[in-house]
Amino acid sequence: MKTETPSRHDATMHDTPLTIGGRTFQSRLMVGTGKYPDNETMLRAIEASGAEIVTVAVRRVDLDRSKDSSVLHHLDPKRFFLLANTAGCYTAEDAIRYARLGHEAGFNDFVKLEVIGDQETLLPDVQGLLEAAKVLVKEGFKVLAYTNEDLVTALRLEDAGCAAVMPLASPIGSGLGLLNPFSVRTIKRRLQVPVVVDAGVGTASDACVTMEQGVDGILMNTAIAAAQDPVAMARAMRLAVEAGRIAFLAGRMPRREVAFPSSPTEGMLD
Amino acid sequence: MNDTIDVVINGERRAIAPGVTLLELLGELSLDPRAVVVEHNRQIVRRPALGDVRVAPGDAIELVHFVGGG
Repeated sequence: MKTETPSRHDATMHDTPLTIGGRTFQSRLMVGTGKYPDNETMLRAIEASGAEIVTVAVRRVDLDRSKDSSVLHHLDPKRFFLLANTAGCYTAEDAIRYARLGHEAGFNDFVKLEVIGDQETLLPDVQGLLEAAKVLVKEGFKVLAYTNEDLVTALRLEDAGCAAVMPLASPIGSGLGLLNPFSVRTIKRRLQVPVVVDAGVGTASDACVTMEQGVDGILMNTAIAAAQDPVAMARAMRLAVEAGRIAFLAGRMPRREVAFPSSPTEGMLD
Repeated sequence: MNDTIDVVINGERRAIAPGVTLLELLGELSLDPRAVVVEHNRQIVRRPALGDVRVAPGDAIELVHFVGGG
């Protein structure tokens, strides 16, 4: 069979798949499983998103009606890579406890580490985050650390052995989009480990702009789950993440403060 | 007559039969041991060991699983 030479202009041909903690993923979009109107919509939205990595939370079993409250009744762990989070934890100690429970409940060594420092903004407590990251890395976890847009914290998380660093676009569940593209670009430029933007994306254009910064992926939940049509939004997000990635690889034109005609200025009629 | 003991399960005080193992306790609560993770006095008890650990008065037991989250 004749092998075709890939076109130099086909940026997608030159992209390498996303690798985190030694595992390779085809999709750069990761999605959460919270806040959906019902499980069927959740499942259809996840399918439409094309995501492989799907986040879940660890919570108490409801002893009065435990039959179908587990998300595992609806998500096949053979089809999706279930990423346990430590959402809702406010101390390193709690986050470590939840990470261990999630590991026991789950199917891999990955954890999306969150240590929240402020109830109103859900901004991370970076000191607690670093502390928890160090302990969990030592225990063999592949830590994906949810953090803010601070470069120094991101560097410290990388030094601590995190498998990926996840700066926010804007506060969790806010849908405000990428508020600080400069900082996210700087983090991406300075880190060796994958940078996955986590939280704050509101709609497809936000996802696209975020990917255009050159980051390795996006994790989102509310933007899909709280859309009026979550399945349609999931598809939009899939396309936006792909479009943003390809646009980044393609390399955008320089910005200019003056107009420059697209059509020839010569050959005009007298 | 002392036919029950008090333990705390998921933050709630409950009276259970004395001498039961964690595995038996899950059975009493109609929970599938494959579908929950058991933390007994802050220590995770792996599935194969659930039948070996007996519940004592005052024990704190957490039964957790995966729910939807972001």
